[in-house]
Amino acid sequence: MTLKRFMNEAISPWMREEGPDSDIVLSSRIRLARNFSSVSYPIFADRVKLTEIRDFFKEEYEHRSFQDYEDFAFISIQDLSDVEKRVLVEKHLISPHLSKNEGAAATIISKNEQVSIMINEEDHIRLQLYFPGFQLSKALEKAFQLDDWLEEKVNYAFDETRGYLTSCPTNVGTGMRASVMMHLPALAMTKQINRMIPAINQLGLVVRGIYGEGSEAQGNIFQISNQITLGKSEEDIIGDLQSVVNQLIEHERNARSHIMKQSSTKLEDRIYRSYGVLDYSRVIGSNEAAICLSNVRLGIDLGLIKNVSRNILNELMILTQPGFLQQYAKATLSADERDKLRATLIRERLQLENR
Amino acid sequence: MECQECQQRPATFHFTQVINGDKKEVHVCEECAMEKGYMTSPEEGYSLHNLLAGLFNFDSAIMESKQSNAYKQENELKCSHCEMTLSQFKQLGKFGCAACYDTFSGRLDPIFRRVHSGNTQHYGKIPKRQGGNLHTKKQLESYRTELQKLIGEENFEEAAKVRDQIRALEQENGNTEAGDNS
Repeated sequence: MTLKRFMNEAISPWMREEGPDSDIVLSSRIRLARNFSSVSYPIFADRVKLTEIRDFFKEEYEHRSFQDYEDFAFISIQDLSDVEKRVLVEKHLISPHLSKNEGAAATIISKNEQVSIMINEEDHIRLQLYFPGFQLSKALEKAFQLDDWLEEKVNYAFDETRGYLTSCPTNVGTGMRASVMMHLPALAMTKQINRMIPAINQLGLVVRGIYGEGSEAQGNIFQISNQITLGKSEEDIIGDLQSVVNQLIEHERNARSHIMKQSSTKLEDRIYRSYGVLDYSRVIGSNEAAICLSNVRLGIDLGLIKNVSRNILNELMILTQPGFLQQYAKATLSADERDKLRATLIRERLQLENR
Repeated sequence: MECQECQQRPATFHFTQVINGDKKEVHVCEECAMEKGYMTSPEEGYSLHNLLAGLFNFDSAIMESKQSNAYKQENELKCSHCEMTLSQFKQLGKFGCAACYDTFSGRLDPIFRRVHSGNTQHYGKIPKRQGGNLHTKKQLESYRTELQKLIGEENFEEAAKVRDQIRALEQENGNTEAGDNS
């Protein structure tokens, strides 16, 4: 399997399936941080040792041992162009941190793009799994299977008292970060989300923008994840997260129906105007595109817009990111050129869908 | 109020600065706040690691004020595997290798408590191959807790069953745990 596959399609195969509560929850993710017991962590290890780790995975891959588990591709980060790295980040297949680690960094990505293993990120191994919609328990079950399978081959850094030993003290214990990507336009419109975030934080959970730490909530997409990894079992952590996400789903649904009752004309106007902008504009920036896409998606969820599928918006959210646009154009583009191509692509996709 | 640095623009940032125990009120505009280093630019941001490093340094600031030899000695504490020193660890906010957890173990509980809501002990998954004995140990622990609970509830019938499960598991495990239960 070649790298091309991952580059050409904006939407990952697993995203084509609709999961539970997918009007609000876009995806569920589990990430496990693991390390080799006897090698220093990537920030402190010498290049030779890290290369040994990368080559270990490369050999396992070449001997098709990974294929016993799932159909994977092995990619060395140093073999990628800047645009290719960016595309993998925009598809959430690798982290921005891994894309910056030249040298011994690598990734192993499954054919359906549901599973990726990052090698020599902040930790030696970071397994991540995605499921469509709200399916945290299922994602955890599969993550544990993959972890058990990998544990047969690797001596993990593990301690009876501290659990899985990670590079950063914030990951020690379970090494697990569970997160859910949610589209919360009505909670954002009514500013309720601003009041809810501090309460969610008090439960040991974090609310962030779509691209993780330090990023803004682009297009009303919020990521809710666990902060605590020590002193609680993985199942308990997921239980806490599930109960908060369930409440957010309920509040979002209530807020949507409330807005529809109270000011349906205003809401419809907002949704159709956004649809008009996407359908007619010749130049559009990524922020405006994200806002309009969020409004149109809400329009679909509310049954106002009937001829566009939810999937096309998932796709456009990724396709209209800078890296993907340049991959599509096969050229380095200036900001103005990107805004123009973005508008063209969105128009084309919406018209394709309308046919 | 005008900015105390440029005395031109209005002061939009107001805060209290404490240097060596001296309190000072600062009133500056955004431009001067950036320029004079009162705050970092948004691109630099304030990352989690700054915050973590801050937590470690908070500890050392208290220690430092005592200026004890013990503090200096401890700060030179060095991991025998990756050679990371305690001061490097504090600066980076990250461990250099798994052995660092042992090297700096005396300093870790307060940090973990702050980061993980008071927790210092792992309760989650145990690797199957490496943690074989640990699995049995955890299982025995949970049986014993259950046994105590059942005895407390005077549910002796169920308690007898759990007791048998404990015995079976202990025997299977070559009686290594038997001593603990006496």
